[in-house]
Amino acid sequence: MPALRDVSIRLEEGEVVCVIGSNGAGKTTLLHSICGITPIRIGVILFDNETIHRLRPASIVRKGISLVPEGRKIFVPLTVKENLAMGAFVRLGKDGKEEIRKHTESILKTFPILNERQNQLAGELSGGEQQMLAIGRALMSKPKLLLLDEPSMGLAPIIVKEIFKILERLKNEKTTLLLVEQNARMALKLSDRGYVLERGGVAVEGKREELLRDDAIKKAYLGG
Amino acid sequence: MKNTGKSEPILSIKRVTKRFGGLSAVHDVSFDVPLGTIVAVIGPNGAGKTTLFNLITGLDLVSSGEMHFLNKKLNALSTHDRAAIGLSRTFQVPQIFVNMTVLENVLIGRHMHGRSGFLGGLWSSPHSRKDNKEMEEYSIRLLERVGLVDKARDEAANLAYGQIKLLEIARALATEPRLLLLDECAAGLTAGESDHIMELVRALRRDGMTVLLVEHDMRMVMNLSDKVVVLNFGEKIAEGPPLQIQNDPRVIEVYLGQEG
Repeated sequence: MPALRDVSIRLEEGEVVCVIGSNGAGKTTLLHSICGITPIRIGVILFDNETIHRLRPASIVRKGISLVPEGRKIFVPLTVKENLAMGAFVRLGKDGKEEIRKHTESILKTFPILNERQNQLAGELSGGEQQMLAIGRALMSKPKLLLLDEPSMGLAPIIVKEIFKILERLKNEKTTLLLVEQNARMALKLSDRGYVLERGGVAVEGKREELLRDDAIKKAYLGG
Repeated sequence: MKNTGKSEPILSIKRVTKRFGGLSAVHDVSFDVPLGTIVAVIGPNGAGKTTLFNLITGLDLVSSGEMHFLNKKLNALSTHDRAAIGLSRTFQVPQIFVNMTVLENVLIGRHMHGRSGFLGGLWSSPHSRKDNKEMEEYSIRLLERVGLVDKARDEAANLAYGQIKLLEIARALATEPRLLLLDECAAGLTAGESDHIMELVRALRRDGMTVLLVEHDMRMVMNLSDKVVVLNFGEKIAEGPPLQIQNDPRVIEVYLGQEG
């Protein structure tokens, strides 16, 4: 059975779009397809008018797409600062070390908790701090499009609110966001538009207000 | 008839402490679980919720303090014995057997209740044949209860994630527990799927089950629980009905955050 079937989505620059759906619906596969981690069999992925679906992941990052993976996947034995620096890996040839260092400082300023812990090993951070680090690391490649896979997963309500405040800030800075989320309510609150994936296909798509009003969606994903 | 909480608690946790080396994962925690109620344990990650569950089910032993279940002291009982007296749990990361069918997964739990016992079931005596039939019927009924009976003969590996969570519960019910411990049963589920579990848990309570749940899904906690216990850094910081907990400033400060 295909993990994704005939899925078409589009994002305009500066939009925040969310993809919601059950576990196993294909949300992570979708993000991994965009990043080149999972090759697609049929279809086309265009980014900035360029086909990217046959490129290797590193090239896709260089084109301006960055992923905040499900489960954070920060580098446990490296420090916070080193994790951030790793995020700029693809820029090493292009921008100088000095510029990357300055960018690291600015990301640390954006996330004061990370600033406090900049020399701590990433494995010692709490779940919420690791999530912030994963986002910061993804921002280090200076993405035009940021993909986020379940940023709220496993986090306490108060931390989820903090993470979404950060996403709101990114939205206000006009970063294009594609957000896969199990917390459909918070995801839709932030988004301009949304897609509902079911069993590998797009079941519903629409503007935020339309989805929030839809009774079937409310029952299945928003809690009545 | 809804339990008023005035009868003897089914589970009593008294001054329970668990130390790992120099660190107290759970420190001096006390609370009761009244018979026939749904009690939720909430708190930030690292607060000690899973450690507490492990202490109750016997995966870990307390450093100090006492736990009583139906007036039996739990401390020295093995996990098997605790299951035999009526305690059952699900796991955060589902522990289903992927190369067995859905029905076989539930049967594994059911075998404990067979009179011929697990080994007796290997040799086909008249006793064990009758047992096997009864066990299979009981297991089918459990699958009906959780809503998985259509999948009974399917390989468990082919289930969708939400269905795996239901199978976890069906298997935990196979030992006919008096107290069911659910460890983040709503994790990874959509609102619709967790609604289904809420209905299932309510039905279990109507039939006399007591349920203790560890949960991050506040909608489930607030809509389902009779009582909420809040842990933070291994200590109990609040205990009470959901509405009271929701408005408790300390709970808001360390866990819930401000609304809006």
